[in-house]
Amino acid sequence: MSTYRIQGATGDWEVVIGLEVHAQVTSNSKLFSGSATAFGAEPNSQVSLIDAAMPGMLPVLNGECIRQAVRTGMAIDAQINKWSRFDRKNYFYADLPQGYQISQLYHPIVGEGSLTIEADEKAGIPEAKVIGVERIHVEQDAGKLMHDQHPTMSYVDLNRSGVALMEIVSRPDMNSPAEAGAYLSKLRTILRYVGSCDGNMDQGSMRADVNVSVRRPGDELGTRTETKNVNSVRFVMQAIEHEANRQVDVIEGGGKIVQETRLFDPNTGSTRSMRSKEDAHDYRYFPDPDLLPLVLEDAFLENCRASLPELPDAKRARYEGELGLSAYNAAVLTADVDTFRWFEALLAETALAQGKQPAEVAKQAANWLISELFGALNKLGKSLDESPVSHEQAAELLALVGKGTISGSIAKQVLEIMLETGEGATAIVEREGLKQESDTGAIEAKVDEILAANSDKVEQYRGGKVALFGFFVGQTMKAMQGKANPGVINEILKSKLG
Amino acid sequence: MTNITDLGVAAIRDGVAAGQFSAVEVAEAFNANVAAAQSALNAFIVATPEKAIEAAKAVDAARSAGQALGPMAGVPIGMKDLFATEGVQTTAASRMLECFVPHYESTVSRKLWEAGAGMLGKLNLDQFAMGSSNESSYFGNVISPWQRRGSNAQLTPGGSSGGSSAAIAARLAPAATGTDTGGSIRQPAAYTGTVGIKPTYGRCSRWGVVAYASSLDQAGSMARDVTDCSIMLEAMAGFDPKDSTSLDLAVPAWTASLSGDLKGKKVGIPREYRVDGMPAEVDAIWEQGIAWAKDAGAEVVEVSLPHTKYALAAYYIIAPAEASSNLARYDGVRYGLRDLPDGAGLQDMYAATRAAGFGDEVKRRILIGTYVLSAGFYDAYYTQAQKVRTLISQDFAKAFEQVDVLLTPTAPSAAFALGENVDDPLSMYLNDVFTVPASLAGLPAMSVPAGLDAQGLPLGLQIIGRPLDEQGVLNAGLAIEARAGFTAKPEKWW
Repeated sequence: MSTYRIQGATGDWEVVIGLEVHAQVTSNSKLFSGSATAFGAEPNSQVSLIDAAMPGMLPVLNGECIRQAVRTGMAIDAQINKWSRFDRKNYFYADLPQGYQISQLYHPIVGEGSLTIEADEKAGIPEAKVIGVERIHVEQDAGKLMHDQHPTMSYVDLNRSGVALMEIVSRPDMNSPAEAGAYLSKLRTILRYVGSCDGNMDQGSMRADVNVSVRRPGDELGTRTETKNVNSVRFVMQAIEHEANRQVDVIEGGGKIVQETRLFDPNTGSTRSMRSKEDAHDYRYFPDPDLLPLVLEDAFLENCRASLPELPDAKRARYEGELGLSAYNAAVLTADVDTFRWFEALLAETALAQGKQPAEVAKQAANWLISELFGALNKLGKSLDESPVSHEQAAELLALVGKGTISGSIAKQVLEIMLETGEGATAIVEREGLKQESDTGAIEAKVDEILAANSDKVEQYRGGKVALFGFFVGQTMKAMQGKANPGVINEILKSKLG
Repeated sequence: MTNITDLGVAAIRDGVAAGQFSAVEVAEAFNANVAAAQSALNAFIVATPEKAIEAAKAVDAARSAGQALGPMAGVPIGMKDLFATEGVQTTAASRMLECFVPHYESTVSRKLWEAGAGMLGKLNLDQFAMGSSNESSYFGNVISPWQRRGSNAQLTPGGSSGGSSAAIAARLAPAATGTDTGGSIRQPAAYTGTVGIKPTYGRCSRWGVVAYASSLDQAGSMARDVTDCSIMLEAMAGFDPKDSTSLDLAVPAWTASLSGDLKGKKVGIPREYRVDGMPAEVDAIWEQGIAWAKDAGAEVVEVSLPHTKYALAAYYIIAPAEASSNLARYDGVRYGLRDLPDGAGLQDMYAATRAAGFGDEVKRRILIGTYVLSAGFYDAYYTQAQKVRTLISQDFAKAFEQVDVLLTPTAPSAAFALGENVDDPLSMYLNDVFTVPASLAGLPAMSVPAGLDAQGLPLGLQIIGRPLDEQGVLNAGLAIEARAGFTAKPEKWW
């Protein structure tokens, strides 16, 4: 249960949120035509006769888009409808050449499913929560109007016209901006795992219509508003926050919430009215007579299922269970496709380089990736796939640590040089003479020197102040210029100090 | 020697192949007839004599080179102006598309050109194929070459394929394409003493055909005899991956299997087609058809199609509903007419463009369709009409358990005079009462001329077959044709 409440003048209010996410299906061609779908192409360079709705043109369904929608449904454990149908949603607008959008109102391809958002104490999500997904249907995107090309006219770019979208409709199961944000992030992760949508919200590949209402805790649902086309996780959270507070203010001021469509302004973080229900279009939905009902065969469904990758929840559980990673590390490494791919490549190389099982080096690889490489890349302002250090190079570095050739702190220095020069770890260690000293004699000599020079501290240690052990280790390491094997130092110190 | 323009598809093709005349001679003869009749009959929206000659030259050259000739080689035809023809204006008889020249060729017309046919021109029709009299064309009425005995009143050639039927009857073309949504091939054929077949829904690709009502629209062939229709339909039909409703089936060799022998066949007579107020002459010709069927060896059985009386109402909900959506693309934004009044915004442009571009009948059907699909009325009209459609299909399926084909009149009367029904849309819609049920069920159906009424006007009989049984329909048509011996032709007054 979310404890998130809006504190109104008259008491606490609970927020109820549902999201309709439009996700562009990853596919080389459009839903009903062979036109390309690349982002950023010249206006009207990816438009077929069908996309422009020339007389007598007919839609032909792109099977790849259907495959992706089905795989997405399977990834959220949803019911897959073996019989579905396309409907026409009729309205006039200059970005809609046919005068109707081909969508699925009555019989969507994917039915009831769900996904789980993880507990996040800091964000106010005390425990994991299952969010219901009501349906996923497939539909055409519209084109784009360009108002800045001519002083008195608007231009139309039809490149997006007919591009396949999945509309993923959640149940109103979320009760705080954080939950909505977590849902959207999780959904994006799943889509990217499945490969059915690239999740690039800044390119419009994913956008959300946000339904918000408020009520007294435990009351019936209040009237909702729908804020259209919000295109980042942060904006979705802002829009909810603003809209929920606005609704509370309206109700507490004696007003009523009207069911309406609203727009989010990212500059002010607020929403404003676009049109009310009275102005709502009558879309005159009816089955598209140009298309036959879509019937999915068992073999096709099996093929879709077999092609699904390991999904985020399963992967995280495996990282914790089989690889022994901490819950935190497992969550970080599975949060995105790029991250887990990098990690798994690193893990394989690391196990190979050290002649060990992956489970034996997983912690080392995970810790290094999260605390060392992430930090270093962050400083450089680079993403993981732009990393100057390859998995192979990283594995070589980790092997040096694993075999005791260098210490962890030396490894940090080596990584910095690697990032700068692109050299291999072994070469750097050789050249810079960073190889760690495991020669007991040399270390023993230094320990003797240090104990002699600090006889007072030795007294104190022997008197019970055991925390001083770290001091002796540090001094020895310093004297060895950081190149001594910490294990050996420990052993010698323990025996000398008694 | 017979006049070339009195010859049909098979005779022209065979004559060209045998060297009796050249394809160019044929094209020139028909081009001349087209030009001579244009001002009187207005059958064509645009004539394309150069296209006919070009195709004919190619056929003559292929023949000289000893190459194999296609099944329509050397046959010039008329193309209903609902089929997109690359580089030739395609108007759907509407002001909306007056200057529209497509960059693509419809699948059906492409197949015909590949079979060796040439194009005489684009034939007039009811605007967007909406109408039963060819009075809704922006380019003027088509005048039937037929006249009542002792009268020079202008008659309808039927609709919507009225340019096609008039051109064939007047010997301006040996054959033409038609499209049939609720009877638009069969009714004009019946009114002009010509033959027209609408195949099973899905036999001919709809790709490149300006859409009226997608779930009903079906292209077909029109000519002066059953064999010619069969030859042409074979050339037009076939699976097209660009049309999702196209049937993925091979086209049977209908022409090679034509037989007028109906021994062992059962012909059904649907009792619900005996409607009140039907002229006695129509009844009589139906009786005559029954006798011919028996003579051809068939057993004649009365059958019942109990939901027939709801067909017309269902049709005039479903077809306008689909049309209201199909015609939304004509908005002045990308092609076709644009009416942009001074200072107008987008909505104003839509309103002005569509007000100026569409004729009254088109507007009427868009309004009906918009109404029946609107919130609160959808279930009462559209859903109900779809249920009726299912019941009508079931009626036919049941009847076809008993019989092989059905025999009915094609239309409840002979051709009427232009202007007679124009102010009364309902009585105009009644023209389709016998043709609409087969359209709703997607069945193959044809009209063959059976005789003349007392005023000397042609009457047609309709044969309806099982899904995919064009062969059965053509064979029954051939049997009727052989016995009717219909040789009447309109007296040339133009």
